[in-house]
Amino acid sequence: MATIFRKEMADYFTSIRIVILFLLVFGASAAGLFASFQGIRAVGADTGFVFLKLFTTSGGAIPSLTTFIALFVPIIGIALGFDAINSERSSGTLSRILSQPIYRDNVINAKFLAGIATLFIMIFATLLIVSGYGLRMIGVPPNSEEIIRIFLYLILTVIYGAFWMGLAILFSVLFRKIATSLLSSIGLWLFFGFFWVSLIVPAIAKTTEASLLLQRISPHTLFGEATTVLLLPIWRGAGLLTAGEEIQYMLLNPLSLGQSMLIVWPHIIGLIGITALCFAASYVLFMRQEIRAT
Amino acid sequence: MSGKIVIETKELTKSYDGVTVVDRLNLHIREKEIFGLLGPNGAGKTTTILMLLGLTEPASGNAWVFGYDPTREPLKVKRLAGYLPEKVGFYENLTARENLTFIAELNGISYTEANRKIDELLEMVGIGDVANLAVGKFSRGMKQRLGIADVLIKSPKVAFFDEPTSGLDPEGINQILDIIANLPEMGATVVISSHQLYQVQRVCQSIGILSKGKTVIEGSLDQLGREALAEGNYKIEVEIARSNPNLIDIVKKVPGVRKVETQGNLLLVNADSDLRAEIAKVVVQSDTSLIQMKIKEFSLDDIYMKYFQEDIKLTEE
Repeated sequence: MATIFRKEMADYFTSIRIVILFLLVFGASAAGLFASFQGIRAVGADTGFVFLKLFTTSGGAIPSLTTFIALFVPIIGIALGFDAINSERSSGTLSRILSQPIYRDNVINAKFLAGIATLFIMIFATLLIVSGYGLRMIGVPPNSEEIIRIFLYLILTVIYGAFWMGLAILFSVLFRKIATSLLSSIGLWLFFGFFWVSLIVPAIAKTTEASLLLQRISPHTLFGEATTVLLLPIWRGAGLLTAGEEIQYMLLNPLSLGQSMLIVWPHIIGLIGITALCFAASYVLFMRQEIRAT
Repeated sequence: MSGKIVIETKELTKSYDGVTVVDRLNLHIREKEIFGLLGPNGAGKTTTILMLLGLTEPASGNAWVFGYDPTREPLKVKRLAGYLPEKVGFYENLTARENLTFIAELNGISYTEANRKIDELLEMVGIGDVANLAVGKFSRGMKQRLGIADVLIKSPKVAFFDEPTSGLDPEGINQILDIIANLPEMGATVVISSHQLYQVQRVCQSIGILSKGKTVIEGSLDQLGREALAEGNYKIEVEIARSNPNLIDIVKKVPGVRKVETQGNLLLVNADSDLRAEIAKVVVQSDTSLIQMKIKEFSLDDIYMKYFQEDIKLTEE
């Protein structure tokens, strides 16, 4: 399996696709940095956690870094996975690889692991670059809690990316044509990212609670809420902790790390769950599929 | 043929969506022979190979490859067997050498050993000069050669070639077949699936003809030819300088001769065994000048047509 893992990693890092994605991600981080550069003075330092503001502050028309990341991570995930199996099938390499003395699951495991490793490297690099430049820019070092929160955010983002990659791999096992698997993955992403939250849920949900429940079906919402709780300690949005009138009596002081974790724990578990589900489905399908070149 | 049987199938059956593509197949392939798996398109040749490799599970029946059951112990079979798919594919962005290194690594061959072997094999299949060129730039023939090197890198005890000559020019076909014909000397048993009879005839010692998933016939090539066309007899052609009506009776008296016919200056003799020496003797003794004698060889085409005509007749009835 190590051999396939190594080859997949090498493939990812030598492909033009990944170069373009890296450029996109770094462009987004630059834009995010610029946004916080413009907006961070206005936010002020009254609540502490100045360093985290680097990631969440938007500057005028430019959205914050976390918004960019929420937008790009699914694309990266899909780009890493959408042709994992069916390109090997259509180019005829799959039957050649599977006739070697390796277990069939090694192939799909190695692809998934290599994808997660690539995702991790990309996101880690982005966060490090932003942190480094941000440090230079604002001159306020992060405290230990901020570092932990950023690290948790990194893990959360990798899981979110892994979900979209798992989904894309599932489609690449299901569909023989690369275009079909790509379009279905992107279609689902658009559906959950935009239509579900802003069009469909308001149309069918009668109460606020129902609306929240439905919104959280979308992994996009789960990721968005978890990000906010982790990176904006002061935020305790509607429905997450309390619903209705009590919210106006709340004190505006930041939550401790443990309390934040308590709030986002279900979100993280949910994301891990659907990721595992996607991977398990593609795994089972792949193990049962006929391997015929034609 | 000597040699022990190393690949055997017993009532091997496979069906897709209710359609039986391989139907109670019985094959016997001996060690270090080249076995041709023949049949028209859709006869179940590829499916049979996939079942022998453990890439597809049979619906019923058994197969043994060097004593291992491919369904139960696929890894052991895959360690011994090399497979060249009909539509062979390589990682186009990698070079020929990198593609082979990858396969060598998957087979647990050490780096130095792999490098030595790759050089040797690429040279042998005649693409040593483009070892470091990306496979994306390769022609169909070059890819096919690389495919053969890819099969041989693991030093297989049995090599399966699925339509190895399809899509190649005549020269390429000859070169590929020459390489394949030399494999038994390197210790490999070879199974070729093909519908190109002439090509297979050149290199195979034994054949099995499939039609609609069933074995029509199986056995060694020369034996099959006699059985098919001369009812198990040898056919000897005797060419003489002048036709001699008495000669028929003289030749008929040679023990073992069954039937004699004339065709101008040709005598067509049906015999139980190779009686050329005896016939030559009586012909010369009868004062007739003998020009040449030969045993008629049967082409695979004759065999193929004969059995398929029977097959067609059977279905018509």
